[in-house]
Amino acid sequence: MSENPSNPTPAPDVADLALAEAEQTDRIDHGPGWFRILWSSRKARAGIVLLGLYVLLAILAPVIAPYRGDDTSFAPVLLPGGEHLMGTTTQGADIFSQLIWGTRVSLVVGLFGGLFATAVGLVIGLTSGYFEGTWIDDVLSLLTNVALVVPTLPLIITLMAYSEVRSIWFTILIIGIISWAGAARSKRALMITLRHRDFVTAAKFAGDRTPTIIAREILPQMTSLVAAGFFGAATGAIGAEAGLSFLGLGNTESVSWGTMLYQAQLQGALAQGLWVWLLVPGLALSGLIMALTLINFGIDLISNPHLREDG
Amino acid sequence: MKYFLRRIGYFLLTLWAAITLNFLIPRLQPGDPAELMIRQISGRDTEIDPARIEAMRVMLGQPDGNLFEQYLAYLGQLARGDFGYSYTYFPATVTDVIGRALLWTLVLVGVTLVLSFVLGTVLGAFAAWWRNSPFDSIVTLGSTFVGTLQSFWVALLLLFVFGYVLGWFPTAGGYEASMPGLNLEFLLDAVKHSVLPAAVLMLLGPVGWVLGMRNTMILNLGEDYIRLARAKGVPDKQIALRYAARNALLPSVTGLAMALGGILGGQILIETTFDYPGLGRLMQQAASGKDYPLLQALLLFTIVGTLVANLVADMLYGVLDPRARKAA
Repeated sequence: MSENPSNPTPAPDVADLALAEAEQTDRIDHGPGWFRILWSSRKARAGIVLLGLYVLLAILAPVIAPYRGDDTSFAPVLLPGGEHLMGTTTQGADIFSQLIWGTRVSLVVGLFGGLFATAVGLVIGLTSGYFEGTWIDDVLSLLTNVALVVPTLPLIITLMAYSEVRSIWFTILIIGIISWAGAARSKRALMITLRHRDFVTAAKFAGDRTPTIIAREILPQMTSLVAAGFFGAATGAIGAEAGLSFLGLGNTESVSWGTMLYQAQLQGALAQGLWVWLLVPGLALSGLIMALTLINFGIDLISNPHLREDG
Repeated sequence: MKYFLRRIGYFLLTLWAAITLNFLIPRLQPGDPAELMIRQISGRDTEIDPARIEAMRVMLGQPDGNLFEQYLAYLGQLARGDFGYSYTYFPATVTDVIGRALLWTLVLVGVTLVLSFVLGTVLGAFAAWWRNSPFDSIVTLGSTFVGTLQSFWVALLLLFVFGYVLGWFPTAGGYEASMPGLNLEFLLDAVKHSVLPAAVLMLLGPVGWVLGMRNTMILNLGEDYIRLARAKGVPDKQIALRYAARNALLPSVTGLAMALGGILGGQILIETTFDYPGLGRLMQQAASGKDYPLLQALLLFTIVGTLVANLVADMLYGVLDPRARKAA
């Protein structure tokens, strides 16, 4: 509000009204009203519903999936129908059950990979931006720029090849460590512009300490950027896990959609015409990524009011 | 001039950081890295061929010395272009193995990248010009939808339908092994093998260019100079092409320069699916076969390619946009 010029016109009620209105939209942007904006966009609504379905599938996996994903005790290469809704694999695993259980892997990777990358990006970006012009910023910026240009997939593959660990958490760790740079850069830029705003200076003069200022004054301004960054990072993490598993470098503990496709190609699903096995994991992946993309359209509406008009 | 010197300085700094990173990755694990890696590859108790340890030592740069001596030795090897021997292709050197795969990737990924760029940029420009028209909706929604597809899954589906079910194209490899030599027959055969991988790249490739071009062009169309041109009575076609599209092309052109550097990484997922003999499949093989000298060299190769491309993109930006030069 400090940037509002004092109104010289003799119509104080109108000015007050405008001010009150501005305050209200401000509250909508950062208060609980954000969900209303998100929900008001048809695309975002579809995304939320779709993501909700996936979450439900993951939680209810033990109820919905008839068998365990790693149970290979069935007759191999059964066609869809009967006891096995989508048939069985060459090794005799139930494809439908693998698909349902795979939802968990992708959602866990998306959630924690996204959170991890977002957190690292936020800390590095904010620190770098707050200390703009000092050696701390120089070092962190160099680090960010290196991480930004180094090709992601080759680096992840190299690190995975050196590791003997094949757990899903290790995959998440590696993906998170590598994909924070874009987020760090955008947060640094925003931090630099926000740092010199009047309300931050005011808080400084009021005697607030740096961590308090960052947490109470600056972070709330970044909510939508952080949220958009999170969904972007989650999408990237889900894709990276699928790709790694498809290359046979993923986790070996649980069946994911990427592993299903890896097994499908390895065990000759193509030559034997087992098209359901090929089709469903990729469809599930696309649906999930579509849900996250649609939600991000809605988040753009929160951060950029100009987009709201032509929805 | 200052702008260009700064860019070159920054390039050298990032190059050094990347090379050092490449040096450190194999040394992050405790113990003697050379022996550790050999043990990982050949199992705990097997007799180890001294030649293999030697190959590993060549790659690591004499792990007997302290870290700094190793680092110097490593830099010396890089300067000589000596990456040691590949395990999986022994006795071929890493340089030879990479050299054999290079052309395949350059042709396949290079050609499809340039075509994707042209197609995507043109579609994006028209979508922005006819904003909110049915054409725009189809292009934008289509790109968003295609953008959610996983490249290797599309590759698998195409391989299944056109390779196995219809049998129109070969299902693996880059050429028939029985046909060496550079003749027309071989070239036609190579083209036939690359149709499916190229189709995947051409389907997924334009997406980023479409959305990027559309967004910048819409921003440009809202600028005052466009309004002025309209007020002056400049024909629509000229505004679209000579004014808006020309300016909107700027980020895309530098983006293309950067993407061209990314070619050196190959298309790991797509090349692996089609068993295409390029750098991407080589990287996958090196990773699954724990062929560390080859893997390290490929990673370095990819990183250096991207960095050089980045430098070129920055330079290009400085030449094309005077504002960037002044800002520095």
